[in-house]
Amino acid sequence: MNCIIIDDEATARAIIGRLCSNVNYLNVKEEFPNAIQAIKYLNQNNIDLIFLDIHMPDFTGFDFIETLKNPPKIILTTSDANFAIQAFEYDCIVDYLVKPITPDRFQKAIKKAEAKSSIVVSSSSSEKIETTSGNDLYVNIDRRLIKIDIPSIYLIEAKGDYIHIKTEDKNYTVHSTLKKIENKLPESIFLKVHRSFIINFNKIIDIEDNSVLIKRDVIPVSRSNRPELMKRLNLL
Amino acid sequence: MEQPNKSYIYSLSEGDKTFEKKLIDIIQKEFPQEKKTYYDSITVGDYKKTAEIVHKLKHKISILGLEKSYEDAIAFENNLLDGNNKLQHKFESILTTITNYLYQL
Repeated sequence: MNCIIIDDEATARAIIGRLCSNVNYLNVKEEFPNAIQAIKYLNQNNIDLIFLDIHMPDFTGFDFIETLKNPPKIILTTSDANFAIQAFEYDCIVDYLVKPITPDRFQKAIKKAEAKSSIVVSSSSSEKIETTSGNDLYVNIDRRLIKIDIPSIYLIEAKGDYIHIKTEDKNYTVHSTLKKIENKLPESIFLKVHRSFIINFNKIIDIEDNSVLIKRDVIPVSRSNRPELMKRLNLL
Repeated sequence: MEQPNKSYIYSLSEGDKTFEKKLIDIIQKEFPQEKKTYYDSITVGDYKKTAEIVHKLKHKISILGLEKSYEDAIAFENNLLDGNNKLQHKFESILTTITNYLYQL
């Protein structure tokens, strides 16, 4: 699980980082002393879990959650037990840790986060990409059907059991396969250029030998997919 | 008066001296800054800001195993939010105790 830590106190970040290091499947990608910096990071990166301090000056943990369209799982960390009831009004919050966080209590919280992942995956079976309707594609994320405007998708990348869908505005991580989403997308716009990548043909900036540039992403083009790509180009 | 200790830090480090030093270094750097913010805000009577920094200092009080002092800090924070500075001297003696402890580490 990729995670980030948001806490204005360096001591707290060091402690949570230490507790994370004892869990081999937790990968702390970044730490932030305030939520504003984290929002910028989340716009460009996929994260599974956030350790979030509630009590921060100017922009609280709850303010932060309100800004997230599709929040990942969140474990709240705080020195104040009084926010517990408010915390569980948010579906994305899986646990509430009161500082100082003990190793045992931390382990319990991680197990809850894990359990929540399992429920989400099993609740919608393997069919995570539900349907298309005209220009829209609906994907199942945390038991919510999220509408994605198909032409706004510029890149889809397969990563293990998940696919990352990148659009003009936002990125999504969905439990599905490249093949499944490929069948839902119009062939006229989308092209599989590699076993792990589907690109929006209209968003290509340039092509160089065995790669294409889409937005700021350089995507490999496999030898077997290259002829189809070249065939579609309006070459001078 | 109760004295600070490293029991909690040891429970995190499980004998990892590098982590213990790293954490203590961070506390030694961060605590004086927070203490200064505390005195700056209480001196001008800004109880809201003082309550915010007391809230933050509470965590360090608990990390250093000062259980009774932690309860006093909670009560002081609530007093500040209610607009009074009752327990100020008690809280400041906790800060002094921590300052002395961190100095001799």
